[in-house]
Amino acid sequence: MNRVPKTIPGVDGRLLVKDAARLLPDPSRRLFLRNAASVGALALLTGCGVSDSDSAERVLRKVSEFNDWVQARLFSPGRLAETYPESAIMRPFRFNAYYDEADAPDVDEDRYRLIVDGLIERKQSWTLDQLNALPQETQITRLICVEGWSAIGKWTGVPLRAFLERIGADLTAKYVHFACAEGYSSSIDMPTALHSQTQMTLKFDGQVLPTRFGFPMRIRIPTKLGFKNPKHVVGLSVVNHYTGGYWEDRGYNWFSGL
Amino acid sequence: MSTHAEAKAEAARDRRPAIHPLYVRVTHWINAVAMLIMIGSGWQIYNASPLFPFTFPDSLTLGGWLAGGLLWHFAAMWLLVANGIAYLVVGLVTGRLRERLLPVWPRQVLHDLRAALTGRLSHADLAVYNAVQKAAYLGVLLAGVVIVASGLALWKPVQLWWLAALLGGYESARLVHFLAMAAIVTFLAIHVVMALLVPRSLRAMILGR
Repeated sequence: MNRVPKTIPGVDGRLLVKDAARLLPDPSRRLFLRNAASVGALALLTGCGVSDSDSAERVLRKVSEFNDWVQARLFSPGRLAETYPESAIMRPFRFNAYYDEADAPDVDEDRYRLIVDGLIERKQSWTLDQLNALPQETQITRLICVEGWSAIGKWTGVPLRAFLERIGADLTAKYVHFACAEGYSSSIDMPTALHSQTQMTLKFDGQVLPTRFGFPMRIRIPTKLGFKNPKHVVGLSVVNHYTGGYWEDRGYNWFSGL
Repeated sequence: MSTHAEAKAEAARDRRPAIHPLYVRVTHWINAVAMLIMIGSGWQIYNASPLFPFTFPDSLTLGGWLAGGLLWHFAAMWLLVANGIAYLVVGLVTGRLRERLLPVWPRQVLHDLRAALTGRLSHADLAVYNAVQKAAYLGVLLAGVVIVASGLALWKPVQLWWLAALLGGYESARLVHFLAMAAIVTFLAIHVVMALLVPRSLRAMILGR
């Protein structure tokens, strides 16, 4: 049950992971304490040796889970992210992904289907035309990257909340999981999924969403860090079990709320 | 008897109030560890998207890569803040902060700074801070408050929008966070050199006297 869709319709399966792999943390990167020797006082921390990095990593991940809990409580469903005038939009907008711009997946518009799954009533998949026919809203908000930089852009699309209601999703479920054409994934808490600015984006800066920014559909969440705004979304699941995500599984904080 | 006299003298020394009470010493060293983690992991995070045309050497960063740096940063922040609040509350309630650090006048600071630079400033009584010390300790406390406030604004620019707005918005809060770090690191460098030049002060921060 509640399986996250594995199929990737309308996508050339050959692209992907060769470039993804390049940016994966190499094994030594998992050793969070690798450079700890340069910070001598760290040895005081737990009394554990610098080589004992697995237990340090476990502790850090526990704290990260605690931070998820704290952030869920800090999150105010009615609090809107600041919106900006057109003049504040960054043009050209910054591209960012774990692959080069040229390697962004080419999703075939005609073969594209959004597969919806999990705790929902109507499970038929959606074509791009069907998505485009839904009522849409526009927002000019700031995208903040986990790396620290930020950029203001203009996104237009279907409020996720309206879509979830339309497909008869169980709005008391815990998570919404997103699967992407090239293998990326992410998941968010239901309160954020229902936030009025959380959007299934179909247009960027007034134009059809370009390939580099996630054609044909991305999730735009101005209350989350950029990596929790998945591009090229082909699967949406409403679930009660934690599914993590591409970067989340590699150590980024899961909630990552703003 | 000389041994008796020595014992009396020692007892008298022990009755003297410690230069640094226990809570100051404990919070000082917890802060030292938390600060080093925050600086090392913060430099790792900075390197992912440098504000200025330089990066910090990898050997001075903590975490191995961005996610590791973030995990360290958002774990040690609890230690830094909880410890900092404990220090400030006890220091304010007991009046020690005010007694040690105030008043401090610009003219005194300039006078003592000139004396320090020409090697004429006395450290005979470690319990009494000269004006340069007072200014430096007040300054680093202020930088500590600013770095926590700007850090919160960067962590939660939507939920704590008023804090981000107070600092001039998200991008401006990044700059403030960096400058506060620079101030603290500058303090740290001078602080460590001074402690090494006056080893009695290091002993006092460990043993209390």
